Amino acid sequence: MTKTPSSSFDILASLSPASSGAPRLNGADSRVSGIISLREVSKTYDLGEVRVEALKGLSLEITGGQFVAIMGASGSGKSTMLNILGCLDRPSSGVYLLDGVDVSTFSAAQRADIRNQKIGFIFQSFNLLARTTVWENIEAPMLYGGVPKPERAKRIEEALKVVGIPEKAKALPNQLSGGQQQRVAVARALVNRPAILLADEPTGNLDSATSEEIMRFLQHLNRQKQITLVMVTHEHDIAAYASRIIHMKDGRILSDEVNEEMKRDA
Amino acid sequence: MSFWVIVRISLKALSRNKIRSVLTMLGIIIGVGAVIAMVSVGQGAQRQVQEEIAAMGTNTLMVWTGSMRSMGVRGGTGTMNTLTAEDFEAMVYECPAVKAVSPSASTMGQVVFGDQNWSTRVEGYNEQLPALRNWNIVQGSFFDESHVKTAARVAVLGQTVVNQLFGGSDPVGQTIRIKNLPFRVLGVLDKKGFNAWGRDQDDTIMVPYTTVQKKFQGGVLYVQSGMVGAASARATYAAQEQITALLRQRHRLGPFQDDDFTVRNLSEIAETAEATNRIMTTLLASIAAVSLLVGGIGIMNIMLVAVSERTREIGIRMAIGARPGHVRVQFLSESIVLCVCGGILGLALGVGGSVGISQFLGWPTLISPNSIVISIIFSGAIGIFFGYYPAHKAAGLDPIEALRYE
Ligand SMILES: Nc1ncnc2c1ncn2[C@@H]1O[C@H](COP(=O)(O)OP(=O)(O)O)[C@@H](O)[C@H]1O
Ligand SMILES: [Mg+2]
Repeated sequence: MTKTPSSSFDILASLSPASSGAPRLNGADSRVSGIISLREVSKTYDLGEVRVEALKGLSLEITGGQFVAIMGASGSGKSTMLNILGCLDRPSSGVYLLDGVDVSTFSAAQRADIRNQKIGFIFQSFNLLARTTVWENIEAPMLYGGVPKPERAKRIEEALKVVGIPEKAKALPNQLSGGQQQRVAVARALVNRPAILLADEPTGNLDSATSEEIMRFLQHLNRQKQITLVMVTHEHDIAAYASRIIHMKDGRILSDEVNEEMKRDA
Repeated sequence: MSFWVIVRISLKALSRNKIRSVLTMLGIIIGVGAVIAMVSVGQGAQRQVQEEIAAMGTNTLMVWTGSMRSMGVRGGTGTMNTLTAEDFEAMVYECPAVKAVSPSASTMGQVVFGDQNWSTRVEGYNEQLPALRNWNIVQGSFFDESHVKTAARVAVLGQTVVNQLFGGSDPVGQTIRIKNLPFRVLGVLDKKGFNAWGRDQDDTIMVPYTTVQKKFQGGVLYVQSGMVGAASARATYAAQEQITALLRQRHRLGPFQDDDFTVRNLSEIAETAEATNRIMTTLLASIAAVSLLVGGIGIMNIMLVAVSERTREIGIRMAIGARPGHVRVQFLSESIVLCVCGGILGLALGVGGSVGISQFLGWPTLISPNSIVISIIFSGAIGIFFGYYPAHKAAGLDPIEALRYE
């Protein structure tokens, strides 16, 4: 793949802690965090007459800083698991320990705080706030997190640079391409310096060139910042960027292996 | 997350939908405007009553024939013809607290001068009236005791009557015809303006009460009502007691018989007028409040629509860390902002309406700081009351369902 000068994420290298004293998005990389532990987790949807068992006693350990791809047929429970990992949903039974804390019993407000502080989401459909500028979209998590204004401005500018669209701060989402929108979503996911990044088919709505760019960036981020990255995908090309690949079927883990042919950024 | 940050989010959301926001506010604007305007009419009338009473002097009392229990259930005043001119004369001699009295007798009638004619009130009093009512003569003079004794056909005119009959020319010494009888004009009364009930006080002719009795009431001897001046404001209640005792004695009423007359001091009359006014004001305000209620229901309706339209936004906000409480406050503050802005605009409308009412209808209006503060607080309360359910619904959404919403 050829790199155009305007292309994206190369600037990250200059911002990474290894190369210079430039500002870093994730300042907490010395801390051991982003450790995920699911124990016998089940999720059952009760639809009156039918009960759908989306997860059937699933156990899983992910150490801090890992890059895990979740694969499997449609309906195998990938999104359900990711939603539980992201504290958007609660298991029907079983325990979810996040950095050693049992969050499966947390209240809605407590889970909101966990999502705000520890987790960044990237969705297939971007999920930016409509009719809200890029700047305000990236600012939103910090508003809920109580970050003071000057610090917010600093972090937004950094994040925009890191994802390579500093000139789009005042743009509205519908004025951006899919790739640009996903970059805004990534910037928003990173701005509160989460330990875990969860992505549900992040490249599902992107063309292959843009998908590759995004994947290289996510991989880079995972390496540089030691952010735990869990990504759902059904494309082998995309899963290839991960260091560990889990296959799911009918709410269970079918296979769980190290990705020996991991794609690497050249 | 600070409260003001959430309010800013709400303001942004509202400004994205300006036309809808304004239409939503319209109910509140009209409701608050109506309440403010109606209350200003009521309070204006009330203040005028107070001012008039103060101008007339707090030492004035009124006496009517017939008894009147507090709410007027009993017979009503003026239904029995028990008072006489002698009763009034006796008050001056027998009651130390009474300084001056004037019986009164009035009628309506056609007044003619040259080719001009005018229909007005013809009020009969004795010569004490200018002192009793604090009402001066600006031209000529009032009639005197001898005019009253002889039931002379002399008249003193109010300014409105002068304008209607004489235009610019001097009426003193001219002869006018009241109900076809000739009267000599003695003088002109000072301008008084409208009273609290919207009556033009200058649209009147004053003649000796004896003349009214003899010429217009077929020679009756009884007096329906009269005015009494107490020696001082503090003597008013003493005067009331003394008059009551005197009249009971003169009318030979036994201890178990009710009064066949009514004595009221002006502050009591003012209270009655105020009570009437309050009822009117409350009635008008409650009709206006119904439109405010309808406005509130409109707010709730729009907020419910907004919540379901913005389900996805709510899901996104929850995913990035908004607590249910944040979402609740966001939507609640949207409806409060709508209502308070509507309240402020409604206030402007109400003030404008009240100015219009006093200019075009000539009614006195008064906007008190109280009604401004209350209307703003009240519209905020409506925002909370009608915004709570939609906000609660938004806060209770499941993040995953909300994110999946198309
Ligand atoms: N909210 C829900 N209500 C009922 N059933 C659901 C719900 N969400 C998911 N399911 C069911 O759970 C199973 C797993 O769904 P999901 O986790 O979305 O699968 P995947 O993401 O692997 O395609 C499917 O059978 C799906 O129909
Ligand atoms: Mg899915």
